[in-house]
Amino acid sequence: MGDIGLLLDGFATAMQPEYLLYALIGVILGTAVGVLPGIGPAMTVALLLPLTYSLEPTASLIMFAGIYYGGMYGGSTTSILLNTPGEAASVITTVDGNAMARAGRGAAALATAAIGSFVAGTIATVALTLVAPTVAKLAVQLGPQDYVALMVVAFLTVAALLGSSPARGLASLAIGLFLGLVGTDTLTGQQRFTFGVPALADGIDVVVVAVGVFAVGEALYVASRMRRGPIPLTPVGRAGMTREDWSRSWRPWLRGTAIGFPIGTIPAGGAEVATFLSYSAERRLSKRKEQFGKGAIEGVAGPEAANNAAAAGVLVPLLTLGLPTSATAAIIIAAFQSYGIRPGPLLFQNESALVWALIASLYVGNVMLLVLNLPLARVWVKLLQIPRPYLYAGILTFAVLGSYSVNALAVDLLLLLALGVLGWLMRRYGYPIAPAIVGLILGPLAEEQLRRALAINQGDPVALVSSPFAIVAYSSIVVLLGVGVYLKRREARASAELAAAQDRHLVGEQR
Amino acid sequence: MTAAATSGVLVVAYTPRPDGRAALHRAVEEARLRGLRLVVINASRGDALVDPGFAPPEDVAEVRTWLESTGLTYELRQLPSGAEPADQVVDAAAELDAELIVIGMRRRSPVGKLLLGSTAQRVLLDAACAVLAVKP
Repeated sequence: MGDIGLLLDGFATAMQPEYLLYALIGVILGTAVGVLPGIGPAMTVALLLPLTYSLEPTASLIMFAGIYYGGMYGGSTTSILLNTPGEAASVITTVDGNAMARAGRGAAALATAAIGSFVAGTIATVALTLVAPTVAKLAVQLGPQDYVALMVVAFLTVAALLGSSPARGLASLAIGLFLGLVGTDTLTGQQRFTFGVPALADGIDVVVVAVGVFAVGEALYVASRMRRGPIPLTPVGRAGMTREDWSRSWRPWLRGTAIGFPIGTIPAGGAEVATFLSYSAERRLSKRKEQFGKGAIEGVAGPEAANNAAAAGVLVPLLTLGLPTSATAAIIIAAFQSYGIRPGPLLFQNESALVWALIASLYVGNVMLLVLNLPLARVWVKLLQIPRPYLYAGILTFAVLGSYSVNALAVDLLLLLALGVLGWLMRRYGYPIAPAIVGLILGPLAEEQLRRALAINQGDPVALVSSPFAIVAYSSIVVLLGVGVYLKRREARASAELAAAQDRHLVGEQR
Repeated sequence: MTAAATSGVLVVAYTPRPDGRAALHRAVEEARLRGLRLVVINASRGDALVDPGFAPPEDVAEVRTWLESTGLTYELRQLPSGAEPADQVVDAAAELDAELIVIGMRRRSPVGKLLLGSTAQRVLLDAACAVLAVKP
């Protein structure tokens, strides 16, 4: 029960005015980028990474966690009022959320999303508090070969489950792994893929890659399809949640949490899969199936709870194994590394104060987010009126400043531009970005573990698959991929039915 | 003194807000009175994701029905061109050699005006023809 004491210590740290301020900045930024489509927490954390080098680790990690959680809250607002997802994890919310808003029940939809996010976020953070130390204790016993197995699992599932097709995911992962290889080999001192350019000898900085493919890529993408005209905004409406809304919402909130947290912890692509799963579960269990697609509150409450629960779930492998399962988590790992901290089983022992302050700040951040989002949705929507040239000019300025500040090398700016074009091409042709980022950050770690495992076993590759844990992990790939294909199919079926439902809806409107 | 009754053009800047509606109503009256052809412009720079001044399809349909019912000849332009709304209105007036521009005015605080500027003011200053400014 020593964990409770440590958690209370964490609260004592997180409640200090300075850290409360950083948490507040984090959740405000997170909500803002969540509201803005195309700009997500991963890009924001990457942009802020160079700026936070001068901060102490606790402050900046509290801020990043706030951004991560905040993005999940903000995404629902755009989905509901604009019929455009603010975040990938809020795609499914557009269906019933926007239908509710069009029926004048926008306020109720926003409320169930915000309260559901709060309930799920809090319960999932409790689960994180209970599960993470236990996992960390077990993880200490893992050898290098076990890590290799875990990372292979993470690579394959992330690549297979994020994005439109496994082939595209694997291609994106390969890009990331390649970019991670550039630089000097730590063991032999050989230069790899540096083309004799001295600036590449230290490798391509994670910040440059992340900012390039996310920020510059997104800016180019938006610029390439600018003249589309404004999207009509559905008014929020006045009516809040009725008694019936509450009674229809609380079960989906809890079910969404129960679905989201485990999905987040296994390497299954973070929050998106969880939202689709929750949506189809709600529809199957509902007595009002015919309302789904036309404004069923369960279709907002469940997925919005699930994405927040998954966000907390993602932190379990992140903090205990150093294993990122989403793009934002990967960049948070990079943040840890920039402070010389290795996320992994020893984190709970070596950096106990930091970890518990971070976990405590998640509870605090959830309360802040509820207060910020419940009454202020109308204010957040005003962000969407910012002319996009201003917005992206600001982002590009930050991107260039940030990339330059890392090493103060002009070559980094050329790299930034080249990677921006790469990011634009990937977006343009439907390649998911997240596997590339995960590959970039996890690749070098996996390589290190692989070589250590081989060195310990005198280069015997059989050792990689002979430990019991590795056997379990490799066989779980088959299971995970099987489950993944099943989930994908569900997702596809759900979206097909959604499209059909929306068509019907439109036909109904025209009549 | 005026040109042939049917050839003149009246340009009205419309937004789906009270001031825009007031402008449209007044424009219809003026067009009827002077026998002018009505050109309704709903301008937006089109570069923000959401623009409350940009009329959504339902509103456009409503305006069209209402204009049909007045029996006037009219044209409705709605094109996010990237230019400032004030420029779009003034340019359209110059292109059509309009006799009159009708715009709506709304109250904006001095700070708001400093930050966001005033479309009405720019139309008043830049237009080559008479401008009628209507308050809601």
